Amino acid sequence: MGDILYLILALVLIVVLAAGGLLVGLRRRGRPGADVSSVDAAGVDEALPTVEPEAEAAPVLERPEPVQGRLVRLRARLAGSQSTLGRGLLSLLSRDRVDDDTWQEIEDTLLTSDLGVEPTQELVGRLRAQVRVEGVGSDARARAILRDELIAMLDPDLDRALHLRRTDAKPGVALVVGVNGSGKTTTVAKIARVLVAEDSDVVLGAADTFRAAAVDQLKTWGDRVGVHTVRGAEGGDPASVAYDAVQTGIEREADAVLIDTAGRLHTKTGLMDELGKVKRVVEKLARVGEVLLVLDATTGQNGLQQARVFAEVVDVTGIALTKLDGTAKGGIVVAVQRELGVPVKLVGLGEGADDLAPFEPEAFVDALLGESSLT
Amino acid sequence: MFATLQDRLETTFKSLRGKGRLSESDIDATCREIRIALLEADVALPVVKQFIAAVKERAAGAEVSGALNPAQQVIKIVNEELISILGGETRRLRFASKPPTVILLAGLQGSGKTTLAAKLARWLQEQGHTPMLVAADLQRPNAVNQLQVVGEQAEVTVYAPEPGNGVGDSVAVARGGVEEARRTLHDVVVVDTAGRLGVDAEMMQQAADIRDAVSPDETLFVVDAMIGQDAVTTAHAFLDGVGFDGVVLTKLDGDARGGAALSVAHVTGRQVMFASSGEMLTDFDVFHPDRMASRILGMGDMLTLIERAEKTFDAEEAAKTAAKLQGKEGDFTLDDFLQQMQTMRKMGSLSKIFGMLPGMAEMRDQIESIDEKEIDRVGAIIQSMTPSERDDPKIIDGSRRARIARGSGVEVSEVNGLVDRFFEARKMMVAMAKGGGMPGMSGGMPGMPGGMPGMGKRAKARQAPKKGRTKRRSGNPAKRAQQEAAAKQAEQSTPPGAAFGFGGDSADAEEAADFELPKEMRDLMGK
Repeated sequence: MGDILYLILALVLIVVLAAGGLLVGLRRRGRPGADVSSVDAAGVDEALPTVEPEAEAAPVLERPEPVQGRLVRLRARLAGSQSTLGRGLLSLLSRDRVDDDTWQEIEDTLLTSDLGVEPTQELVGRLRAQVRVEGVGSDARARAILRDELIAMLDPDLDRALHLRRTDAKPGVALVVGVNGSGKTTTVAKIARVLVAEDSDVVLGAADTFRAAAVDQLKTWGDRVGVHTVRGAEGGDPASVAYDAVQTGIEREADAVLIDTAGRLHTKTGLMDELGKVKRVVEKLARVGEVLLVLDATTGQNGLQQARVFAEVVDVTGIALTKLDGTAKGGIVVAVQRELGVPVKLVGLGEGADDLAPFEPEAFVDALLGESSLT
Repeated sequence: MFATLQDRLETTFKSLRGKGRLSESDIDATCREIRIALLEADVALPVVKQFIAAVKERAAGAEVSGALNPAQQVIKIVNEELISILGGETRRLRFASKPPTVILLAGLQGSGKTTLAAKLARWLQEQGHTPMLVAADLQRPNAVNQLQVVGEQAEVTVYAPEPGNGVGDSVAVARGGVEEARRTLHDVVVVDTAGRLGVDAEMMQQAADIRDAVSPDETLFVVDAMIGQDAVTTAHAFLDGVGFDGVVLTKLDGDARGGAALSVAHVTGRQVMFASSGEMLTDFDVFHPDRMASRILGMGDMLTLIERAEKTFDAEEAAKTAAKLQGKEGDFTLDDFLQQMQTMRKMGSLSKIFGMLPGMAEMRDQIESIDEKEIDRVGAIIQSMTPSERDDPKIIDGSRRARIARGSGVEVSEVNGLVDRFFEARKMMVAMAKGGGMPGMSGGMPGMPGGMPGMGKRAKARQAPKKGRTKRRSGNPAKRAQQEAAAKQAEQSTPPGAAFGFGGDSADAEEAADFELPKEMRDLMGK
């Protein structure tokens, strides 16, 4: 039968070619009812978001910290873990003579932050041009050049606000998606805390009906800040849970509804279809204002592929970069931003409940380059 | 989708074709490309550097090979180096002379330890052992629960005296687990621990404490195939913190190139022992260094594609389809066409399937521009036809067309297009099924004349599986190159059957390396 396979492959090829050429592209989305394979894989699927909620169960409602300036507050953590990137670059650039070897080192430093080959080469090219034209001269000058270029890489003009306001008497809806183990559930909980801190009424939808602990995990988080969590049966249809959550949000006149989904590898067509369905079903009730892709900061170049596929299926509007407090640098988001135009909106900088910060390019770069900035 | 190393090198060497020996500048240019390819595959930079140095040395001293062009020569070297780092032979688990054998799992958060524990246990059970799982991850909420659930699915005993969720002493649990296993005569104990960051000293200490308490025979480091440059730092942290004897690569079912495997193996000198590639408990196997090498180089992954096709396609159905194609031209109907399309759909996105075929670089843009949803639309059109129309599309006249178009919500012209294309495609398929000329597929088929133009040596190897061997392990690109060479040759009008003649001797089979689609297929694509 091994031989037959070759025939099949050939057929596949031909069929693909034939089908591919058949019709010229029209609408893109909308494949109904393909939520297969979810049930039989239930409970096995887990590579698990792992950032832990703290164990203490506070009976009194917690008051999350205000959002303003979180990134600045977390700067130390960022600068501490990423000193190699920012300071390394800076010390290289402010050498008396920047020769080819130094440029090579600069390139290496950027590469080790998962920035990717192309963005790295481009950045190095631009830095080189700048230095050649203007010269470096002083530390302050080097810092200014580096700061400008890094900020330019991060494209500060992108809209990074979370669009989760109540509009047309309907709550703003956010869908949180990502691969297994990236930290979706925790991120949903942390966003809820951010919103609560801003005096929004929030409803959580635990549409991760896949993983045993996910629903309880989310509920625990919700209870701590007095947020209602809508849950469904384990192994149930995630789209129906999401629908219920939005329905509940509308009835309660909530400001925002956050929907947690099960982790899925972007290569699983069936599961991606299921995700598309969740979004379509929710859209019957209210517009989905935000689709946040949760990316683990340790992810390498595959992050781009993930983002591309998720964007195709559910139109990702923003990225939440998690686990940035390890040694990882999350350089892949630069590539993702450039390629797909999807901005990083949130960064997760620790396991604490309020360690999720809005992403601000300037503050972020300043943190990378260490203190005493703003030349 | 990034260009593969092979494509890159082919471009670099275009001007050099015919040159016998690699000059130093050639090697430098090549190394640059290899460097980029490896970095894009997430191989850590320090590893890339050392690797390149090694390749350079070998390439400079390499014998001039009459059979290989420079690009192939370099690729061959690169591939061999890769395989040697990844470990030529996969190491087997060491079992304790006095049971129970203790296996400790450690890794980052979210790398997939708990799931892996169950998979490993299941695998051990298949090998005739009686494993027991110990739930020593008391940190993550419901990790204990999860282990119990997956343990049940794997039908393995789970030792979980503590409910977890942040309370309890995992060291005591681990120790208790080993005692329990000794008492209940389980011969292998798999200890699942909490995920931890390499920089978290406290958690690393805990892992070390567990290690000291149970003195494991094997400590396995579980690492996510998607991890980037951080792999080196993490691997070092774990090696210093807990120490490990082997590596397990998880989430290989994604499309990450998995350069991390190379980084970790190179930096720590520990071998990758197992690979986990799916959500089912059975998606677990020993690691194949040769396949991983091809994957890292992005050289197309025919083996994976074949395996996936094997899983997706029903052999009987396939045989039936094959028979139809070899029969009268009208035997292959729109229904069959639809069925093929739908089955293929299950294999994943089209661009991914194409990505697995080697040497598709030329067509990459076209592939990218294929709209996957068009398949659904074609499906809709076919489903709007009556059974008799599907059996014989020739009867579709103007009014039938209008009806079909209305039924499937498309323009009449699209229905026309589909019918025309179907005839064209069918003609081609029949021609190929009968006479070969399609690279990659072919002969050896029962009743199919013409041997296997696309296969060369592999064709012979392929006869064996029929008699029971189910997995083909040859990921060796030298062989693949051969295959491609054969394909090319076949395309250049080698009469069917002749291809069987070569292939035994690897040197002369490796002459050419471009895999190209036959012209008619490219035309079809272009339309």
